[in-house]
Amino acid sequence: MRTAVEIAVSRKSSAMYAGRPHVLLERGWLAFRSSTWIPVVTGFLEPVLFLLAFGYGMGTLIGDVTTGTTTMDYTLFIAPGLLANSAMNGAIYDSTWNVFWKLNESKLYKTMLSTPLGPLDIALGEITWALIRGLVYSLGFLTVVTALGLTPSFWAILAIPAASLVAFGFASFGMAITSFFKTYQQMGFINFVLLPMTLFSGSLYPISVYPDWLERIIMALPLWHGIEMVRAFWFGNISSGVLVHIAYFLVMIATGLFVTSRRLRALFLR
Amino acid sequence: MSKPLISVRGLTKKFGDFTAVDGIDFDVAKGESFGLLGPNGAGKSTTMRILAATSTRTSGTVEILDKDPELFGPLVRAHLGVVPQQDNLDNELTVSENLFIYGRYFGLSKKFIKNKIEELLEFAQLEEKRDVKVEALSGGMKRRLTIARGLVSEPDILLLDEPTTGLDPQARHILWDRLFRLKEQGVTLVLTTHFMDEAEQLCDRLVVMDKGAIMAEGSPAGLIKQYSSKEVLEVRFGSDRNKEVAPQLATMCERMETLPDRLLMYTEDGEALLEKITHAGMHATTSLVRRSSLEDVFLRLTGRTLIE
Repeated sequence: MRTAVEIAVSRKSSAMYAGRPHVLLERGWLAFRSSTWIPVVTGFLEPVLFLLAFGYGMGTLIGDVTTGTTTMDYTLFIAPGLLANSAMNGAIYDSTWNVFWKLNESKLYKTMLSTPLGPLDIALGEITWALIRGLVYSLGFLTVVTALGLTPSFWAILAIPAASLVAFGFASFGMAITSFFKTYQQMGFINFVLLPMTLFSGSLYPISVYPDWLERIIMALPLWHGIEMVRAFWFGNISSGVLVHIAYFLVMIATGLFVTSRRLRALFLR
Repeated sequence: MSKPLISVRGLTKKFGDFTAVDGIDFDVAKGESFGLLGPNGAGKSTTMRILAATSTRTSGTVEILDKDPELFGPLVRAHLGVVPQQDNLDNELTVSENLFIYGRYFGLSKKFIKNKIEELLEFAQLEEKRDVKVEALSGGMKRRLTIARGLVSEPDILLLDEPTTGLDPQARHILWDRLFRLKEQGVTLVLTTHFMDEAEQLCDRLVVMDKGAIMAEGSPAGLIKQYSSKEVLEVRFGSDRNKEVAPQLATMCERMETLPDRLLMYTEDGEALLEKITHAGMHATTSLVRRSSLEDVFLRLTGRTLIE
């Protein structure tokens, strides 16, 4: 049996990292087990409802959509975009409001930092937890879409790792932003940004319909990259453009992790 | 003498222009129960956070088991059990889950923690509450759980910040009993308090802090002996009369403190002094003879009472 001190010595823990982000997942699971399932179900249902309302509702009016040289059924067109949305929603749910609560109300991170855990353990653990939720949402959505016969081919399964990358990026960035917010009013800002981004990022129609300047703004936002990346894997249209999307999310993940762990240190270890 | 577990020299902490801790020195030996006594705002909690390796210092040196907490944060924290001023239990979890996950934060094995939980639940007298969410616990139970949680990792040093503040008298006594057991087991305790009775009950040695500085250091009995008389006579003559009679009374005792509502007269024999006063034709509305306490030491050192 090793003592807490022997463990700390053997890990060569730095001031930032004790090598134990997985205990955050254990804690997340313990808390989740006894919590209500309602937010999980509603979070998962949102893109499904979008698919039904827009795909089968609006879709009957719209008929087919043409992007570039390919023409397809409208419902089929929006499915991968909504998958990316689903991954984002799952990741954002945990990394913003839940993180805000643990930062400012329950002071959970402060408690954790009075143990040998470091800020990077907390950032990595919480972001991974949020990423898992995003992944679960997108798997659920994929199941529904497949059941509806909207999956173009077996290769659509590759959209899942792509959706995970989207979830990871939003989880990481979401937690970093949240670490700067102190009031509920400031948190409202997140929704203020998310809603238009969700509507205008091209999950429901190709952004080529926009004037040039608006198209450029949308192309700078993460969700558009997410949707395009998932869509590329979904339809098997892999081009070098996908690398740009992947790079965009890798930068987002790295920035989020870096900022979050620095902020945790500034907040609780000063 | 063996090397102290905690060694603090010239410790200073500033927040902008405000100096919260102003160049303090102290050592804590293994197995000792050491207290920081002082009013709110004396710099006790700031000192505790620096010892807990969760706050940086402006200047001075701190060594905990030969390590600088600022450079070896996680390693130093692995030696410590921390009981913060405000209970910060995990409200989403049950009593036993709180103990379990806290042990996991230290990297302890699940098997070890499971056995440890039984021992700690018994220690905290919370066996019946093991599967209850912590929200449902009383203030005293939460405090005991927080202390039990701090013991999961079998720390070398237990840091307690205002351990009984906000508890009713019965819950305080239960808690003191638990802390006394730890002390008997040889756990090194460092605690802050603004209750002089708590300091007298629990501390082998303490420093009296005020405005970020250490005013005196010693054992509770030693400090009382050094800075106060054996007994104190408290007399009241009514709010207006107190001031009138004060000059005359001051000549009759070793030392006197004039508080807004009463006069404290320091003497070796309180009863004899009271008789002398009555003999001189002054009749106190109420009078009380008691032994000197740390409260009197603090009053002597700072001219103020501990709880204002």
